[in-house]
Amino acid sequence: MGDGEGGDKTRRVVFVTVGTTSFDALVRAMDSENVKKELLAKGYTNLLIQMGRGSFVPTKSEREGSLAVDYFTFSSSIADHLRSASLVISHAGSGSIFETLRLRKPLIVVVNEDLMDNHQSELADELAKRKHLYCASPHTLHQTISDMDLNSLLPYAPGDATPVASHINRFLGFPDD
Amino acid sequence: MEKGNGCCFSSVCSAAILSSVSFVVILIFVRVLHVIYRSGRPLSKRASKPVSTLIILGSGGHTAEMLNLLAVLQKDRFNPRFYIAAATDNMSLQKAMLLENSLASESGTDVANTAQFMKIYRSREVGQSYITSVWTTLIAIVHALWLMIKIRPEVILCNGPGTCIPLCIIAFIFKVLGIRWSSIFYVESIARVKRLSLSGLLLYKLWMADQIFVQWPQLQRQYPRATYVGRLM
Repeated sequence: MGDGEGGDKTRRVVFVTVGTTSFDALVRAMDSENVKKELLAKGYTNLLIQMGRGSFVPTKSEREGSLAVDYFTFSSSIADHLRSASLVISHAGSGSIFETLRLRKPLIVVVNEDLMDNHQSELADELAKRKHLYCASPHTLHQTISDMDLNSLLPYAPGDATPVASHINRFLGFPDD
Repeated sequence: MEKGNGCCFSSVCSAAILSSVSFVVILIFVRVLHVIYRSGRPLSKRASKPVSTLIILGSGGHTAEMLNLLAVLQKDRFNPRFYIAAATDNMSLQKAMLLENSLASESGTDVANTAQFMKIYRSREVGQSYITSVWTTLIAIVHALWLMIKIRPEVILCNGPGTCIPLCIIAFIFKVLGIRWSSIFYVESIARVKRLSLSGLLLYKLWMADQIFVQWPQLQRQYPRATYVGRLM
């Protein structure tokens, strides 16, 4: 799995995305010293957080010898941020997960334990079992970062809608082409 | 004596009402069973004409999955296309318009001839409690009825969340009443690995969808009437 391509070789960005809603527990975890320490130990230089509608604001930092931290609420160019990242830490929404996997970026999915109907961990768990990503909770994130071995992750082969389309066509009596 | 006559008359009367009501109930019941029986089966006659298609867009990940399916469907067969998305969802219709606009410019036709875009009140927002969703579902059903009378699609493609439920229920009632026969295809979200979503479960348990696609083999083993032929994402 590739690191950030192009540009400054020494810059290794961790991109955090919470999607269209809020996920303060994740932003708070990213802001914690033990998570930042583990990221620094793994050789990452920058931390960029998309915090959505959340109310918890992380502390910005540009100090020498520590992780450079920056954040924003929303952006129309999430894809660009994903592309320039060396590691993506994402909420469990299927949109973010598959967009990151398609770009072949190492991914840690953090499951929001506060949601009422928490089916989202199903997908993250299954894809973690298949070694396409790592799965964590806000509390275990620092442990996941310290234990992870990005070389052991397997690329995700994108799905194909054609069999579903042919099935629908046959059902309706359209001839196969 | 008179009293006895009145009593006799009213009992004859109520017996007549009772038997005609039960006749109608049995008739509807038989018709519902017939519709369910026919629904799960492929259409017997060969399709030669294009079919009007209603595409119900969920939101976020749901819409992305649906657009992946649309990308490979034959646009000349599934034509015209009606897109419906929740009123609170601004992104989904935009994405569908983007797709339709590029299709139209490729073929040099006018989008208005092949596609229409509509919004609908949603029955349940993500995170809304199940109790208040009873009321919001009622409002959604009335609006859905209005839209369905206008569209009367031959094919419905949907993939949750709750937006599609009122529309599918109305489509089913239209089938029972003989207003319009529509084939309902529901694709369960790829996020569902172990259990069907509430929408998927409703359509499955009520036998309302013609075909339910799931995207994980272990889910198909749990719901044998569902179909697994791979993933959309």
